Amino acid sequence: MPGAIYAEGLVKTFGDVRALDGVDLDVPEGTVLGLLGPNGAGKTTAVRCLTTLLTPDSGKATVAGIDVLKHPNEVRRSIGLSGQFAAVDEYLTGRENLQMVGQLYQMKAKEAKERAGELLDRFNLADAADRPSKTYSGGMRRRLDLAAALVVSPPVMFMDEPTTGLDPRNRQGLWEVIQELVAGGTTLLLTTQYLEEADHLAHDICVVDHGRVIARGTSDQLKARTGGERVEVVVHDRGHIATASEVLRGFGKGEVAVAEHTRKMTVPVTGGAKLLAEVIRELDARGIEIDDIGLRRPTLDDVFISLTGHAAELPDAGADAEAEAGADAGPHADAGPHAGPGSGADTGSQRKKEADK
Amino acid sequence: MSTSTATDAAVKAGPRPAGGIRQSVRDSLVVAKRNLIRMVRIPEVVLFGLIQPVMFVILFTYVFGGSIQVGGSLSSQDYRNFLMAGIFAQTVTFATAGAGAGIADDMHKGLIDRFRSLPMARGAVLTGRTIADLAQTALTLVVLAGVALLLGWRTHENFGKILAGFGLLLLLGYAFSWIGALIGLSVRTPEAATSGGLIWLFPLTFISNAFVDSNKLPTFFRHIAEWNPFSTTVQACRELFGNLPPGFKTPDAWPMQHPVLASVLWSVLILLVFRTLAVRKYRSAAA
Ligand SMILES: Nc1ncnc2c1ncn2[C@@H]1O[C@H](COP(=O)(O)OP(=O)(O)OP(=O)(O)O)[C@@H](O)[C@H]1O
Ligand SMILES: [Mg+2]
Repeated sequence: MPGAIYAEGLVKTFGDVRALDGVDLDVPEGTVLGLLGPNGAGKTTAVRCLTTLLTPDSGKATVAGIDVLKHPNEVRRSIGLSGQFAAVDEYLTGRENLQMVGQLYQMKAKEAKERAGELLDRFNLADAADRPSKTYSGGMRRRLDLAAALVVSPPVMFMDEPTTGLDPRNRQGLWEVIQELVAGGTTLLLTTQYLEEADHLAHDICVVDHGRVIARGTSDQLKARTGGERVEVVVHDRGHIATASEVLRGFGKGEVAVAEHTRKMTVPVTGGAKLLAEVIRELDARGIEIDDIGLRRPTLDDVFISLTGHAAELPDAGADAEAEAGADAGPHADAGPHAGPGSGADTGSQRKKEADK
Repeated sequence: MSTSTATDAAVKAGPRPAGGIRQSVRDSLVVAKRNLIRMVRIPEVVLFGLIQPVMFVILFTYVFGGSIQVGGSLSSQDYRNFLMAGIFAQTVTFATAGAGAGIADDMHKGLIDRFRSLPMARGAVLTGRTIADLAQTALTLVVLAGVALLLGWRTHENFGKILAGFGLLLLLGYAFSWIGALIGLSVRTPEAATSGGLIWLFPLTFISNAFVDSNKLPTFFRHIAEWNPFSTTVQACRELFGNLPPGFKTPDAWPMQHPVLASVLWSVLILLVFRTLAVRKYRSAAA
């Protein structure tokens, strides 16, 4: 059974630009999908297609089991949207904005008013509730827009970069709101530039670039795909680089990447902290003075850069990854199958990038 | 605040099924209220909307007043009475540029996206906007009529007919505001909507009987002027206000002979055609 958000082969072109070039998505009910990708990747376009604001050129999509193209108005009843740019009326107060949205979701005036009050409290806007939203700061406006998306707590939510422009406290607050919603059964599609956010909130992650899904899986699967843990060493003396590299080669599971000017070496390892201790002892025994040493696990940032950087260098790479994804049972097959030759290449390019630093 | 309250509210609020006409009316009024609040908070817009026609009345009566012959009369009192229906009609017509600019502005700011993602009646965003504009136009007409009376404008028919005349003016303005709405949805910026919304108004209002006796126009323009929906309403108002100058020869064109009926027909036709087009455009508009 398809999930609460389902898309198959979505294509949308704007003139020469293929903003979406055959995107498949499947978000099971009650989960969060994080859509990641560089600027212009097609995230917003995907959100707009799924929320009935744009008609895709081809492909199909259902939201909450309803066909987006055939029954857009029924879909609108089941979704809440917070777009990339806050869409609130500047001359209306925060309260009036939320009340209006509530009434347009067909709430009674009184209900809409109560709900507006609740949401203003929840998003720390109570103090500014009766000022025109023109006087709000960017982050306040953003929060008002998010509140508008939550007016009826619809079963399916779309948030396009919801925390862009929020200060850390309000970002944390929004994360809590999102977690509560999801615990209550809401399905969420979230786009973000903050990989930490996807890591924290999303059950599954899709990385898109040039309108295609170039990788998908859980955050751990994607990290594993980029390569396991590595030991990173910065030696004090440039003259020690050669010896240190030799030591690392002995412990490592692959090539040692060397950045001459920063005196930094990186090598993939298995064995964790115990191995790190051995490396330190050995370097010490050889009298190599070290400025910094550590065990590094890949972050989603590494994943992001390795995946999208790779695609930019080799235009074909995206197509390969997509072909592999197509061979998978479906959009939800894990990232395992990708960990073949493609993943080795990714890790290689990652290392090369680091070496270039 | 906890999730349970949110969920409860959602269940209580539970999006109701669409209620056809009732929902359309309700949604339109919600949007109209929003636009009226904006007018109150940005009074400059309403104020400038008032100053312009008042200026026109003063300029036309005092600058051209004595030099334009209408019917067989060169009297400035006769011209003043003759002119006023033209100025009223021009006022309701020029007010339509605002609808387009407002809608283009909403698109630009992403508000139309917000509305389009809500389960609201299809035409309600545009209907709400045009209704709010209609209210503003009505207010402008009241003030303008007051100024006109002060400057010596006089009617010679009963109150019912005068009200009917203003009714026709508002109907014409409402119909034209849908043309403005369509322009606003078709252009990319609010600036383009303002100029695009004004351009067509000049030929419309000047190739007409608004400021001169159409009998005196060159034949080609005379025909256009006499079939122009704008002229039709002006002629209807002159009849209803008793403002046709002595010795005025009513042109033979059908709309001039039956101006009240022709004015209603024109306005309803324009309203239906442009409302349909604008609503269709709204549904496919991409900001
Ligand atoms: N209305 C439009 N007209 C023309 N091109 C468009 C339009 N909307 C999007 N595009 C193009 O489609 C591509 C995808 O844009 P989209 O807004 O979906 O990217 P995004 O992933 O959301 O980027 P960002 O992270 O910057 O928000 C871009 O190349 C963009 O220029
Ligand atoms: Mg975007």
